[in-house]
Amino acid sequence: MSLKRFLNQAVSSWMNEDGPASEIVLSTRIRLARNHNRYAFPTVFTKEEAEQTAQAMRTAVEQAGYPLEELKMQDLQGLEKRVLVEKHLISPNLAEDAGSSSVWLSDQEDISLMVNEEDHLRIQCLFPGLQLKEALRKALEIDDAIEKHFDYAFDENFGYLTTCPTNVGTGLRASVMMHLPGLMMTHQMNRIIPAIGQFGLVARGIYGEGSEALGNIFQISNQTTLGKSEEDITEDLLHVVDQIITQEKAAREALVKSSGIQLEDRVFRSYGTLRYSRVIESKEAAKCLSDVRLGIDLGFIENVSRSILNELMILTQPGFLQQYAGGFLRPVERDIRRASLIRERLEMDVSKDKGGSDL
Amino acid sequence: MCEVCAQDKGEAFMNDDGAFSFNHLLAGLLNVSPVMKQNQPTQNRRETVECSGCQMTFDQFLKIGKFGCPKCYESFRDQLPPILKRLHSGNTVHQGKLPERQGGTIHMKRKVSDLRVELKSLIEQEEFEQAATIRDQIRSLEKEIDGERGGADES
Repeated sequence: MSLKRFLNQAVSSWMNEDGPASEIVLSTRIRLARNHNRYAFPTVFTKEEAEQTAQAMRTAVEQAGYPLEELKMQDLQGLEKRVLVEKHLISPNLAEDAGSSSVWLSDQEDISLMVNEEDHLRIQCLFPGLQLKEALRKALEIDDAIEKHFDYAFDENFGYLTTCPTNVGTGLRASVMMHLPGLMMTHQMNRIIPAIGQFGLVARGIYGEGSEALGNIFQISNQTTLGKSEEDITEDLLHVVDQIITQEKAAREALVKSSGIQLEDRVFRSYGTLRYSRVIESKEAAKCLSDVRLGIDLGFIENVSRSILNELMILTQPGFLQQYAGGFLRPVERDIRRASLIRERLEMDVSKDKGGSDL
Repeated sequence: MCEVCAQDKGEAFMNDDGAFSFNHLLAGLLNVSPVMKQNQPTQNRRETVECSGCQMTFDQFLKIGKFGCPKCYESFRDQLPPILKRLHSGNTVHQGKLPERQGGTIHMKRKVSDLRVELKSLIEQEEFEQAATIRDQIRSLEKEIDGERGGADES
Protein backbone atom coordinates (compact mmCIF):
# COMPACT_ATOMS: atom_id res chain seq x y z
CA MET A 1 0.00 0.00 0.00
CA SER A 2 1.36 3.44 -0.83
CA LEU A 3 1.88 5.86 2.03
CA LYS A 4 -0.57 8.27 0.50
CA ARG A 5 -3.35 5.71 0.40
CA PHE A 6 -2.50 4.53 3.88
CA LEU A 7 -2.70 8.09 5.12
CA ASN A 8 -6.03 8.66 3.46
CA GLN A 9 -7.43 5.74 5.37
CA ALA A 10 -5.56 6.33 8.59
CA VAL A 11 -5.96 10.03 9.21
CA SER A 12 -9.16 11.19 10.89
CA SER A 13 -10.50 14.66 10.25
CA TRP A 14 -9.39 15.99 13.64
CA MET A 15 -5.79 15.09 12.88
CA ASN A 16 -5.22 17.07 9.73
CA GLU A 17 -7.80 19.83 9.64
CA ASP A 18 -6.99 23.23 11.02
CA GLY A 19 -9.16 24.35 13.89
CA PRO A 20 -9.25 27.57 15.93
CA ALA A 21 -6.06 28.31 17.91
CA SER A 22 -4.47 25.31 16.18
CA GLU A 23 -0.95 26.72 16.55
CA ILE A 24 -1.16 25.56 20.17
CA VAL A 25 -4.32 23.51 20.58
CA LEU A 26 -4.20 20.29 18.59
CA SER A 27 -7.64 18.94 19.38
CA THR A 28 -10.70 19.14 21.61
CA ARG A 29 -12.57 16.16 23.02
CA ILE A 30 -15.92 16.03 24.77
CA ARG A 31 -17.08 12.84 26.44
CA LEU A 32 -20.42 12.13 28.10
CA ALA A 33 -20.93 9.05 30.28
CA ARG A 34 -24.45 7.56 30.27
CA ASN A 35 -26.13 4.39 31.52
CA HIS A 36 -29.39 2.57 31.09
CA ASN A 37 -31.58 2.69 34.20
CA ARG A 38 -32.64 -0.95 34.10
CA TYR A 39 -29.38 -2.86 33.70
CA ALA A 40 -26.45 -3.35 36.06
CA PHE A 41 -23.28 -1.44 35.22
CA PRO A 42 -20.55 -3.18 33.20
CA THR A 43 -18.65 -3.76 36.49
CA VAL A 44 -21.00 -6.58 37.43
CA PHE A 45 -23.49 -7.16 34.62
CA THR A 46 -24.19 -10.63 33.28
CA LYS A 47 -23.64 -11.65 29.68
CA GLU A 48 -27.38 -11.43 29.08
CA GLU A 49 -27.59 -7.94 30.51
CA ALA A 50 -24.61 -6.88 28.42
CA GLU A 51 -26.31 -8.16 25.30
CA GLN A 52 -29.62 -6.52 26.25
CA THR A 53 -27.86 -3.20 26.81
CA ALA A 54 -26.07 -3.46 23.48
CA GLN A 55 -29.39 -4.30 21.79
CA ALA A 56 -31.18 -1.36 23.44
CA MET A 57 -28.30 0.85 22.35
CA ARG A 58 -28.54 -0.44 18.78
CA THR A 59 -32.22 0.48 18.61
CA ALA A 60 -31.58 3.92 20.09
CA VAL A 61 -28.65 4.73 17.81
CA GLU A 62 -30.47 3.57 14.71
CA GLN A 63 -33.51 5.69 15.62
CA ALA A 64 -31.30 8.68 16.41
CA GLY A 65 -30.56 9.02 12.72
CA TYR A 66 -26.81 9.60 12.76
CA PRO A 67 -24.85 7.81 10.05
CA LEU A 68 -22.74 5.71 12.38
CA GLU A 69 -21.24 2.31 11.79
CA GLU A 70 -20.95 -0.28 14.54
CA LEU A 71 -17.70 -2.17 15.06
CA LYS A 72 -18.02 -5.04 17.49
CA MET A 73 -14.99 -5.69 19.65
CA GLN A 74 -15.33 -9.46 19.25
CA ASP A 75 -15.03 -9.11 15.47
CA LEU A 76 -11.81 -7.08 15.55
CA GLN A 77 -8.21 -8.31 15.54
CA GLY A 78 -5.85 -7.18 18.30
CA LEU A 79 -3.97 -4.95 15.90
CA GLU A 80 -7.13 -3.31 14.57
CA LYS A 81 -8.23 -2.49 18.10
CA ARG A 82 -4.83 -1.11 18.89
CA VAL A 83 -5.02 1.25 15.94
CA LEU A 84 -8.41 2.49 17.17
CA VAL A 85 -6.88 3.10 20.59
CA GLU A 86 -3.98 5.01 19.08
CA LYS A 87 -6.44 7.17 17.20
CA HIS A 88 -8.26 7.87 20.49
CA LEU A 89 -11.47 6.45 19.05
CA ILE A 90 -11.77 3.76 21.67
CA SER A 91 -10.24 3.42 25.12
CA PRO A 92 -7.76 0.70 26.05
CA ASN A 93 -10.47 -0.63 28.38
CA LEU A 94 -12.94 -1.10 25.58
CA ALA A 95 -10.33 -2.85 23.48
CA GLU A 96 -9.84 -5.37 26.30
CA ASP A 97 -13.51 -6.22 26.43
CA ALA A 98 -15.00 -8.72 24.09
CA GLY A 99 -18.58 -9.85 24.64
CA SER A 100 -21.11 -7.20 23.79
CA SER A 101 -18.77 -4.24 23.62
CA SER A 102 -18.69 -2.16 20.51
CA VAL A 103 -18.01 1.27 19.09
CA TRP A 104 -20.16 3.31 16.73
CA LEU A 105 -18.08 5.53 14.45
CA SER A 106 -18.92 8.34 12.09
CA ASP A 107 -17.29 8.50 8.67
CA GLN A 108 -15.13 11.45 9.67
CA GLU A 109 -14.31 9.76 12.97
CA ASP A 110 -15.34 12.91 14.82
CA ILE A 111 -18.09 11.01 16.64
CA SER A 112 -17.59 7.77 18.49
CA LEU A 113 -20.01 6.01 20.79
CA MET A 114 -18.48 3.37 23.02
CA VAL A 115 -20.91 0.75 24.22
CA ASN A 116 -20.34 -1.31 27.39
CA GLU A 117 -17.02 0.18 28.33
CA GLU A 118 -16.91 1.31 31.96
CA ASP A 119 -20.37 2.77 31.39
CA HIS A 120 -23.09 1.51 29.08
CA LEU A 121 -22.52 4.44 26.79
CA ARG A 122 -19.76 6.94 26.26
CA ILE A 123 -20.49 9.64 23.71
CA GLN A 124 -17.31 11.16 22.35
CA CYS A 125 -16.80 14.10 19.98
CA LEU A 126 -13.31 14.84 18.76
CA PHE A 127 -12.72 18.14 16.95
CA PRO A 128 -9.57 19.77 15.58
CA GLY A 129 -8.21 22.84 17.37
CA LEU A 130 -9.95 24.59 20.23
CA GLN A 131 -13.68 23.99 19.81
CA LEU A 132 -15.04 23.25 23.26
CA LYS A 133 -18.42 24.86 22.73
CA GLU A 134 -18.93 23.33 19.31
CA ALA A 135 -17.94 19.86 20.47
CA LEU A 136 -20.14 20.15 23.57
CA ARG A 137 -23.11 21.22 21.47
CA LYS A 138 -22.63 18.25 19.18
CA ALA A 139 -22.31 15.79 22.06
CA LEU A 140 -25.42 17.13 23.82
CA GLU A 141 -27.35 16.95 20.57
CA ILE A 142 -26.43 13.28 20.12
CA ASP A 143 -27.26 12.72 23.78
CA ASP A 144 -30.78 14.13 23.26
CA ALA A 145 -31.32 12.05 20.16
CA ILE A 146 -30.35 8.85 21.96
CA GLU A 147 -32.37 9.65 25.07
CA LYS A 148 -35.53 9.65 22.96
CA HIS A 149 -35.29 5.86 22.74
CA PHE A 150 -33.05 4.91 25.66
CA ASP A 151 -33.94 5.24 29.37
CA TYR A 152 -31.03 6.90 31.08
CA ALA A 153 -30.17 6.26 34.71
CA PHE A 154 -30.75 9.68 36.19
CA ASP A 155 -31.31 10.97 39.70
CA GLU A 156 -32.64 14.38 40.56
CA ASN A 157 -29.94 14.89 43.14
CA PHE A 158 -26.96 13.02 41.68
CA GLY A 159 -27.62 13.70 38.00
CA TYR A 160 -26.55 11.13 35.42
CA LEU A 161 -25.54 7.99 37.28
CA THR A 162 -22.20 6.52 36.29
CA THR A 163 -20.24 3.44 37.23
CA CYS A 164 -17.46 5.49 38.77
CA PRO A 165 -18.33 8.25 41.25
CA THR A 166 -15.73 10.52 39.61
CA ASN A 167 -18.02 10.91 36.58
CA VAL A 168 -21.41 11.31 38.23
CA GLY A 169 -23.56 14.39 37.63
CA THR A 170 -22.92 15.67 34.14
CA GLY A 171 -20.85 12.65 33.11
CA LEU A 172 -18.83 15.21 31.20
CA ARG A 173 -15.13 15.08 30.55
CA ALA A 174 -13.97 17.98 28.42
CA SER A 175 -10.35 17.91 27.34
CA VAL A 176 -8.04 19.91 25.21
CA MET A 177 -4.80 18.61 23.76
CA MET A 178 -2.12 21.29 23.79
CA HIS A 179 1.39 21.53 22.34
CA LEU A 180 3.46 23.47 24.88
CA PRO A 181 7.14 23.43 23.92
CA GLY A 182 7.67 27.04 25.02
CA LEU A 183 6.44 26.42 28.53
CA MET A 184 8.48 23.21 28.75
CA MET A 185 11.71 24.84 27.52
CA THR A 186 11.27 27.70 29.98
CA HIS A 187 10.53 25.20 32.78
CA GLN A 188 7.13 26.66 33.59
CA MET A 189 5.00 23.52 33.34
CA ASN A 190 5.86 22.26 36.82
CA ARG A 191 4.47 25.51 38.15
CA ILE A 192 1.38 25.49 35.94
CA ILE A 193 0.28 21.89 36.51
CA PRO A 194 -0.36 22.29 40.27
CA ALA A 195 -2.02 25.67 39.70
CA ILE A 196 -4.47 24.10 37.25
CA GLY A 197 -5.41 21.57 39.91
CA GLN A 198 -6.86 24.29 42.08
CA PHE A 199 -9.55 24.93 39.49
CA GLY A 200 -10.84 21.38 39.44
CA LEU A 201 -8.81 20.70 36.29
CA VAL A 202 -5.95 18.34 35.57
CA ALA A 203 -3.05 18.39 33.11
CA ARG A 204 -1.26 15.27 32.01
CA GLY A 205 0.98 14.09 29.24
CA ILE A 206 -0.97 11.80 26.96
CA TYR A 207 1.95 10.04 25.35
CA GLY A 208 4.60 8.56 27.60
CA GLU A 209 4.50 7.30 31.14
CA GLY A 210 3.69 9.19 34.32
CA SER A 211 4.76 12.80 34.44
CA GLU A 212 6.75 12.58 31.23
CA ALA A 213 4.97 14.22 28.32
CA LEU A 214 6.23 12.97 24.98
CA GLY A 215 6.26 15.59 22.25
CA ASN A 216 5.44 18.34 24.78
CA ILE A 217 1.80 17.41 24.37
CA PHE A 218 -0.48 17.85 27.35
CA GLN A 219 -4.11 17.12 27.88
CA ILE A 220 -6.00 19.56 30.10
CA SER A 221 -9.36 18.34 31.34
CA ASN A 222 -11.96 18.85 34.05
CA GLN A 223 -11.98 16.66 37.15
CA THR A 224 -15.20 17.95 38.66
CA THR A 225 -18.32 16.61 36.97
CA LEU A 226 -20.89 17.28 39.70
CA GLY A 227 -22.38 20.58 40.87
CA LYS A 228 -21.60 22.63 37.78
CA SER A 229 -23.51 22.87 34.54
CA GLU A 230 -21.97 21.49 31.34
CA GLU A 231 -21.59 25.02 30.04
CA ASP A 232 -19.84 26.22 33.20
CA ILE A 233 -17.45 23.27 33.15
CA THR A 234 -16.39 23.96 29.57
CA GLU A 235 -16.34 27.71 30.20
CA ASP A 236 -13.97 27.28 33.15
CA LEU A 237 -11.76 24.97 31.16
CA LEU A 238 -11.73 27.40 28.24
CA HIS A 239 -10.71 30.19 30.57
CA VAL A 240 -7.67 28.30 31.80
CA VAL A 241 -6.79 27.09 28.30
CA ASP A 242 -6.89 30.67 27.01
CA GLN A 243 -4.47 31.72 29.71
CA ILE A 244 -2.13 28.85 28.94
CA ILE A 245 -2.21 29.82 25.26
CA THR A 246 -1.22 33.38 26.19
CA GLN A 247 1.61 32.14 28.37
CA GLU A 248 2.85 29.68 25.76
CA LYS A 249 2.93 32.47 23.17
CA ALA A 250 4.82 34.72 25.56
CA ALA A 251 7.31 31.94 26.29
CA ARG A 252 7.89 31.35 22.57
CA GLU A 253 8.43 35.06 21.99
CA ALA A 254 10.88 35.26 24.86
CA LEU A 255 12.78 32.24 23.55
CA VAL A 256 13.07 33.72 20.07
CA LYS A 257 14.30 37.00 21.54
CA SER A 258 16.78 35.57 23.99
CA SER A 259 18.12 32.64 22.00
CA GLY A 260 16.71 32.79 18.49
CA ILE A 261 19.63 31.21 16.70
CA GLN A 262 19.93 28.37 19.21
CA LEU A 263 16.23 27.70 18.84
CA GLU A 264 16.49 27.74 15.05
CA ASP A 265 19.44 25.40 15.29
CA ARG A 266 17.50 22.99 17.47
CA VAL A 267 14.55 23.07 15.07
CA PHE A 268 16.68 22.32 12.01
CA ARG A 269 18.71 19.62 13.73
CA SER A 270 15.45 17.90 14.57
CA TYR A 271 14.22 18.40 11.03
CA GLY A 272 17.44 16.87 9.77
CA THR A 273 17.00 13.89 12.06
CA LEU A 274 13.47 13.28 10.85
CA ARG A 275 14.37 13.78 7.17
CA TYR A 276 17.41 11.51 7.15
CA SER A 277 17.52 9.10 10.08
CA ARG A 278 17.23 5.37 9.39
CA VAL A 279 16.35 4.16 12.87
CA ILE A 280 14.34 6.22 15.34
CA GLU A 281 12.71 5.43 18.67
CA SER A 282 9.31 6.87 19.53
CA LYS A 283 10.74 9.12 22.23
CA GLU A 284 13.22 10.78 19.89
CA ALA A 285 10.65 10.98 17.13
CA ALA A 286 8.25 12.77 19.49
CA LYS A 287 10.89 15.27 20.55
CA CYS A 288 11.91 16.01 16.95
CA LEU A 289 8.30 16.28 15.77
CA SER A 290 7.60 18.78 18.54
CA ASP A 291 10.67 20.84 17.55
CA VAL A 292 9.73 20.80 13.88
CA ARG A 293 6.16 21.79 14.63
CA LEU A 294 7.47 24.69 16.75
CA GLY A 295 9.74 25.63 13.84
CA ILE A 296 6.72 25.71 11.52
CA ASP A 297 4.76 27.86 13.99
CA LEU A 298 7.68 30.29 14.33
CA GLY A 299 8.20 30.50 10.57
CA PHE A 300 11.63 28.82 10.50
CA ILE A 301 10.30 26.00 8.37
CA GLU A 302 7.91 26.72 5.55
CA ASN A 303 7.44 23.69 3.38
CA VAL A 304 6.06 21.26 5.93
CA SER A 305 2.38 21.02 6.80
CA ARG A 306 1.39 21.94 10.33
CA SER A 307 -0.60 18.79 10.86
CA ILE A 308 2.67 16.87 10.86
CA LEU A 309 2.87 16.64 14.66
CA ASN A 310 -0.72 15.53 15.12
CA GLU A 311 -0.52 13.03 12.31
CA LEU A 312 2.87 11.51 12.92
CA MET A 313 2.55 11.28 16.70
CA ILE A 314 -0.27 8.86 16.01
CA LEU A 315 0.95 7.16 12.85
CA THR A 316 4.31 6.27 14.40
CA GLN A 317 2.72 4.40 17.31
CA PRO A 318 3.42 0.66 17.31
CA GLY A 319 -0.09 -0.36 16.18
CA PHE A 320 -0.08 1.88 13.14
CA LEU A 321 3.44 0.97 12.13
CA GLN A 322 2.50 -2.69 12.19
CA GLN A 323 -0.67 -2.10 10.27
CA TYR A 324 1.28 -0.19 7.64
CA ALA A 325 3.86 -2.96 7.51
CA GLY A 326 1.06 -5.51 7.23
CA GLY A 327 2.06 -7.58 10.22
CA PHE A 328 3.97 -7.97 13.46
CA LEU A 329 7.20 -6.02 13.90
CA ARG A 330 9.85 -6.46 16.54
CA PRO A 331 10.81 -3.24 18.40
CA VAL A 332 13.96 -2.76 16.29
CA GLU A 333 11.98 -3.26 13.09
CA ARG A 334 9.45 -0.72 14.34
CA ASP A 335 12.17 1.87 14.82
CA ILE A 336 13.32 1.30 11.25
CA ARG A 337 9.75 1.45 9.94
CA ARG A 338 9.09 4.59 11.97
CA ALA A 339 12.11 6.34 10.47
CA SER A 340 11.13 5.42 6.94
CA LEU A 341 7.49 6.40 7.41
CA ILE A 342 8.53 9.81 8.72
CA ARG A 343 11.01 10.29 5.86
CA GLU A 344 8.38 9.41 3.28
CA ARG A 345 5.80 11.66 4.89
CA LEU A 346 8.19 14.66 4.91
CA GLU A 347 9.20 13.82 1.35
CA MET A 348 5.53 14.20 0.35
CA ASP A 349 5.48 17.79 1.57
CA VAL A 350 8.77 18.64 -0.10
CA SER A 351 7.72 17.26 -3.48
CA LYS A 352 4.34 18.97 -3.18
CA ASP A 353 6.19 22.22 -2.51
CA LYS A 354 8.30 21.76 -5.63
CA GLY A 355 5.15 21.06 -7.58
CA GLY A 356 6.50 17.65 -8.43
CA SER A 357 4.67 14.39 -8.56
CA ASP A 358 4.25 12.04 -5.66
CA LEU A 359 7.47 10.28 -4.78
CA MET B 1 4.56 -13.39 9.29
CA CYS B 2 2.48 -14.84 12.09
CA GLU B 3 -0.82 -13.12 12.67
CA VAL B 4 -1.30 -14.72 16.06
CA CYS B 5 1.91 -13.15 17.35
CA ALA B 6 0.83 -9.75 16.13
CA GLN B 7 -2.49 -10.18 17.83
CA ASP B 8 -0.88 -11.35 21.06
CA LYS B 9 1.39 -8.40 21.00
CA GLY B 10 -1.53 -6.11 20.42
CA GLU B 11 -3.58 -7.54 23.26
CA ALA B 12 -0.67 -7.39 25.66
CA PHE B 13 -0.29 -3.71 24.95
CA MET B 14 -3.94 -3.14 25.75
CA ASN B 15 -3.73 -4.90 29.06
CA ASP B 16 -0.87 -3.10 30.67
CA ASP B 17 -2.25 0.24 29.60
CA GLY B 18 -5.16 0.19 32.04
CA ALA B 19 -3.10 0.84 35.14
CA PHE B 20 -5.47 3.19 36.90
CA SER B 21 -5.42 3.02 40.66
CA PHE B 22 -8.43 5.18 41.39
CA ASN B 23 -10.05 2.54 43.59
CA HIS B 24 -7.08 2.49 45.93
CA LEU B 25 -7.33 6.22 46.21
CA LEU B 26 -11.04 6.12 46.90
CA ALA B 27 -10.75 3.66 49.74
CA GLY B 28 -7.92 5.76 51.14
CA LEU B 29 -9.90 8.93 50.71
CA LEU B 30 -12.53 7.79 53.15
CA ASN B 31 -10.21 6.40 55.73
CA VAL B 32 -7.81 9.31 55.79
CA SER B 33 -7.21 9.59 59.48
CA PRO B 34 -7.94 6.97 62.11
CA VAL B 35 -9.35 9.76 64.28
CA MET B 36 -12.14 10.41 61.83
CA LYS B 37 -12.95 6.75 61.69
CA GLN B 38 -13.61 6.57 65.41
CA ASN B 39 -15.72 9.67 65.43
CA GLN B 40 -18.03 8.54 62.73
CA PRO B 41 -20.86 6.41 63.99
CA THR B 42 -21.92 5.64 60.42
CA GLN B 43 -18.67 3.76 59.98
CA ASN B 44 -20.01 0.75 61.85
CA ARG B 45 -23.40 0.81 60.26
CA ARG B 46 -22.17 1.10 56.73
CA GLU B 47 -21.03 -2.50 56.57
CA THR B 48 -24.64 -3.57 56.63
CA VAL B 49 -25.78 -1.28 53.83
CA GLU B 50 -26.41 -3.30 50.72
CA CYS B 51 -27.70 -2.27 47.31
CA SER B 52 -31.30 -3.35 46.73
CA GLY B 53 -30.57 -3.89 43.04
CA CYS B 54 -27.27 -5.74 42.76
CA GLN B 55 -26.56 -6.68 46.40
CA MET B 56 -23.24 -4.86 46.37
CA THR B 57 -22.36 -3.72 49.87
CA PHE B 58 -21.02 -0.27 50.62
CA ASP B 59 -17.71 -1.78 51.68
CA GLN B 60 -17.39 -3.61 48.39
CA PHE B 61 -18.08 -0.36 46.59
CA LEU B 62 -15.28 1.32 48.52
CA LYS B 63 -12.91 -1.49 47.67
CA ILE B 64 -13.45 -1.50 43.94
CA GLY B 65 -14.31 2.19 43.60
CA LYS B 66 -17.18 1.49 41.24
CA PHE B 67 -20.89 1.05 41.63
CA GLY B 68 -22.70 -2.11 40.55
CA CYS B 69 -25.92 -0.65 39.20
CA PRO B 70 -28.00 2.55 39.13
CA LYS B 71 -29.81 1.51 42.33
CA CYS B 72 -26.55 1.67 44.30
CA TYR B 73 -26.89 5.44 44.34
CA GLU B 74 -30.32 5.15 45.93
CA SER B 75 -29.20 2.51 48.43
CA PHE B 76 -26.06 4.41 49.48
CA ARG B 77 -27.73 7.83 49.33
CA ASP B 78 -26.84 8.73 52.92
CA GLN B 79 -23.25 7.55 52.68
CA LEU B 80 -22.38 9.25 49.41
CA PRO B 81 -22.26 13.00 50.13
CA PRO B 82 -18.86 12.99 51.92
CA ILE B 83 -17.32 11.00 49.06
CA LEU B 84 -18.83 13.19 46.37
CA LYS B 85 -17.71 16.31 48.21
CA ARG B 86 -14.14 15.16 48.12
CA LEU B 87 -14.25 14.12 44.49
CA HIS B 88 -16.10 17.14 43.17
CA SER B 89 -14.72 20.21 44.94
CA GLY B 90 -17.36 20.18 47.68
CA ASN B 91 -20.36 19.61 45.41
CA THR B 92 -23.04 17.03 46.05
CA VAL B 93 -25.95 18.15 43.90
CA HIS B 94 -26.24 17.98 40.11
CA GLN B 95 -26.66 21.37 38.44
CA GLY B 96 -26.32 20.34 34.83
CA LYS B 97 -28.48 19.03 32.08
CA LEU B 98 -31.69 17.06 32.64
CA PRO B 99 -32.80 14.30 30.29
CA GLU B 100 -35.29 15.92 27.96
CA ARG B 101 -37.87 13.14 27.89
CA GLN B 102 -37.46 11.57 31.35
CA GLY B 103 -36.73 14.83 33.15
CA GLY B 104 -40.48 15.44 33.61
CA THR B 105 -41.26 17.25 36.82
CA ILE B 106 -37.58 17.90 37.58
CA HIS B 107 -37.59 20.54 34.85
CA MET B 108 -40.49 22.27 36.60
CA LYS B 109 -38.97 21.89 40.06
CA ARG B 110 -35.83 23.60 38.84
CA LYS B 111 -37.90 26.40 37.40
CA VAL B 112 -39.68 26.79 40.74
CA SER B 113 -36.44 27.07 42.68
CA ASP B 114 -35.12 29.63 40.16
CA LEU B 115 -38.33 31.63 40.54
CA ARG B 116 -38.08 31.49 44.33
CA VAL B 117 -34.67 33.14 44.19
CA GLU B 118 -36.07 35.80 41.91
CA LEU B 119 -39.05 36.28 44.21
CA LYS B 120 -36.83 36.80 47.22
CA SER B 121 -34.74 39.46 45.52
CA LEU B 122 -37.86 41.23 44.24
CA ILE B 123 -39.28 41.37 47.77
CA GLU B 124 -36.01 42.74 49.07
CA GLN B 125 -36.16 45.43 46.42
CA GLU B 126 -39.80 46.05 47.38
CA GLU B 127 -41.00 45.33 43.85
CA PHE B 128 -44.21 43.85 45.17
CA GLU B 129 -46.25 43.93 41.99
CA GLN B 130 -43.69 41.88 40.06
CA ALA B 131 -43.22 39.67 43.10
CA ALA B 132 -46.91 38.84 43.04
CA THR B 133 -46.70 37.73 39.41
CA ILE B 134 -43.76 35.50 40.19
CA ARG B 135 -45.57 34.07 43.22
CA ASP B 136 -48.52 33.15 41.01
CA GLN B 137 -46.21 31.48 38.53
CA ILE B 138 -44.67 29.45 41.33
CA ARG B 139 -48.11 28.39 42.56
CA SER B 140 -49.30 27.26 39.19
CA LEU B 141 -46.07 25.34 38.56
CA GLU B 142 -46.34 23.65 41.93
CA LYS B 143 -49.88 22.66 41.16
CA GLU B 144 -48.71 21.15 37.90
CA ILE B 145 -45.95 19.23 39.67
CA ASP B 146 -48.43 17.86 42.20
CA GLY B 147 -50.77 16.90 39.38
CA GLU B 148 -48.04 14.98 37.55
CA ARG B 149 -46.99 13.20 40.68
CA GLY B 150 -50.57 12.19 41.47
CA GLY B 151 -51.00 10.95 37.93
CA ALA B 152 -47.82 8.95 38.08
CA ASP B 153 -48.82 7.32 41.36
CA GLU B 154 -52.13 6.18 40.00
CA SER B 155 -50.68 4.55 36.92
